[in-house]
Amino acid sequence: MTAATDSSGGGMKDQRSVFVRRLPLRVAVIVVAVIWSLPTLGILVSSFRDARDIQGSGWWDALFGPFQAQWTLINYEAVLTGENMANAFINSLIVSIPATIIPITIAAFAAYAFSWMRFPFRGTLFLVVVALLVVPLQMALIPVQEVYQWLGINQTFLGVWLAHAAFGLPLAIFLLYNFISQLPGDLFETASIDGATHFQMFTKVVLPLSVPALAAFAIFQFLWVWNDLLVALVFLGATEERSVMTLELARLVGGRGQQWHLLTAGAFVTMILPILVFLALQRYFVRGILSGSVKG
Amino acid sequence: MTYGTSDLDERTGWRGFLIPIGVILGLAGLVMGIWFLIDTQASANVAAMFYDLIGDSAEADALRAGSGNRTAAKLVLAAVALAVGVGGIWLFYWGLNAVVMSLGPRWRGRLLPWVFVGPALLLLTVYLAWPVVSTIIKSLTDGAGFENWEWALTTPANHQMYINNILWLLVGVTGSVGLGLLIAGLMDRVKYESFAKIFVFLPLAISLVGASVIWRFVYAWRPPGQAQYGLLNGIMEGLGREAVPWVQTPDFRIGTFALIVILIWLQTGFAMVVLSAAIKGVPTEIIEAAGLDGANERQKFMRIIVPMIRGSLVMVIITTSIVVLKVFDIVFVMTGGKFNTDVVANQMYIQAFQFFDTGRASVLAVVLFLAVLPLALINVRNIRKQGMAA
Repeated sequence: MTAATDSSGGGMKDQRSVFVRRLPLRVAVIVVAVIWSLPTLGILVSSFRDARDIQGSGWWDALFGPFQAQWTLINYEAVLTGENMANAFINSLIVSIPATIIPITIAAFAAYAFSWMRFPFRGTLFLVVVALLVVPLQMALIPVQEVYQWLGINQTFLGVWLAHAAFGLPLAIFLLYNFISQLPGDLFETASIDGATHFQMFTKVVLPLSVPALAAFAIFQFLWVWNDLLVALVFLGATEERSVMTLELARLVGGRGQQWHLLTAGAFVTMILPILVFLALQRYFVRGILSGSVKG
Repeated sequence: MTYGTSDLDERTGWRGFLIPIGVILGLAGLVMGIWFLIDTQASANVAAMFYDLIGDSAEADALRAGSGNRTAAKLVLAAVALAVGVGGIWLFYWGLNAVVMSLGPRWRGRLLPWVFVGPALLLLTVYLAWPVVSTIIKSLTDGAGFENWEWALTTPANHQMYINNILWLLVGVTGSVGLGLLIAGLMDRVKYESFAKIFVFLPLAISLVGASVIWRFVYAWRPPGQAQYGLLNGIMEGLGREAVPWVQTPDFRIGTFALIVILIWLQTGFAMVVLSAAIKGVPTEIIEAAGLDGANERQKFMRIIVPMIRGSLVMVIITTSIVVLKVFDIVFVMTGGKFNTDVVANQMYIQAFQFFDTGRASVLAVVLFLAVLPLALINVRNIRKQGMAA
């Protein structure tokens, strides 16, 4: 299949020439990996150096002389205690978890109805839902905020949940519909002969079978909400009490743009959870991406 | 069979009384929870109750007065928020279902689908469908005549902004899709592929704000004489060149290009993943046949593989274009639109939420919508092909 296996029967000289021939490829792959990780590495290394060291010399100096350099956790301490980051971390969780569960639940119910229930305008309504994928967030911000002010839920967690839920719905319904409508129809016939209601079929049959699709969307939405700036800025931005991580980091850049000891540590605190989620559940994330990641 | 009858008995029996009570209690709990979330002082008051219970009235008073142990108040808030947010949504459906199921069979059949699909339609109407109409109306009617459109289309500063958006589109999409394709092709042929891919893929997990901070450090610039701790200017210095304030340079739109690089760094992973999966779908026989015909690696890639993954390529280009056109976070965090780096989404935010000029902001939102629309329609058409045959 590859050149290396083809030449396995050949002599030493052959193998060496294959190695040399594939060398540029290997170098290219390594160069790509290094270029892509260098920016993040700079932040990571610097977050463990104190303010004066960061200003005094490039982070690469510390990296190449790790035993002469001074390493410290003081930046993380400063950012977590002095800069509202710990509070924002909890807020990000309070925002992200319901803002993931709510749209999945709503979308799953809707996808079930579109797949397996009869009601008027079913096809038209589904097309409208899919068409709403095209609407950019910016179109919604001003009218929704007006409604929120009228309802008195501006700058509340409830408001942010519902906003994130609604903005994630078209994609969620579409992805879950693709999955749920493909479940075998016999399943539903058997269950309805047994007297199961739609609600029971949904919770006891459809949901357990849909776990892969649900997981794919859940990771997608969780990362999207956790990393979002715009929705948080508009619907939560005015309160420090309920501020989320991305808001705090953006604020840190605005207010303390040259204090790199705080910025580097702050950036890492905001990134750590999504990176862990991502690495742990990469497979589902890739599946989510491949099944059509078109978000409004 | 027995399952069905027993279920029916239950509904007509003692559960017939319990369900309405449960629904009422559940709704009351939900309303209270929502009210609790809206009242900013509520969590502190509940935490104060706990302090009263354990006899620490000083702390309780402090909490009620708006100071004291905010962590306790925060944890109470988090617990209630998660219970309302996660439990509430299920309670909501369960309650609605119970109400409809207690009606006669004719109404049940008619109403039940709307219980399932109704909440989704309601949210979509309030948050997406109606705002589109409302924003378009605002863009046309706020202010005298079409003055907001006139402002959007004739102000020289706005022309510069549109040029930036076009640059983002051209450079950003070409950069991330091109690199994604190249890397997918390269990585497809090494053994430690999935490991090597992670490096390119990982930026997808982090926020645009986080990415902006990372690259702000790469671009960092110090006046001459001070140590250059930014990677790029460190390299410039190592090469004996003068350091450049990359992001703050409006000439030749260097600032805009510097910001576009951030997006390319972030978005290449997406293109790589999709295209890499597509490349794996190309039958190996075809590639081998081309090899026997004397095609070299580059020819195989450009003449066989790329044409065969055209569908995925188009999808990636369109999706990336939509992302790029709507770019906001990077510009907002890095420059706020200064140094000739402004883009429509950033200006829209500034007009709407810093100048409170809804008319101008609505016009810019519509401009963005119109720019995204043709691309999005192609995406939806492709979706429909694989979607419902209705």
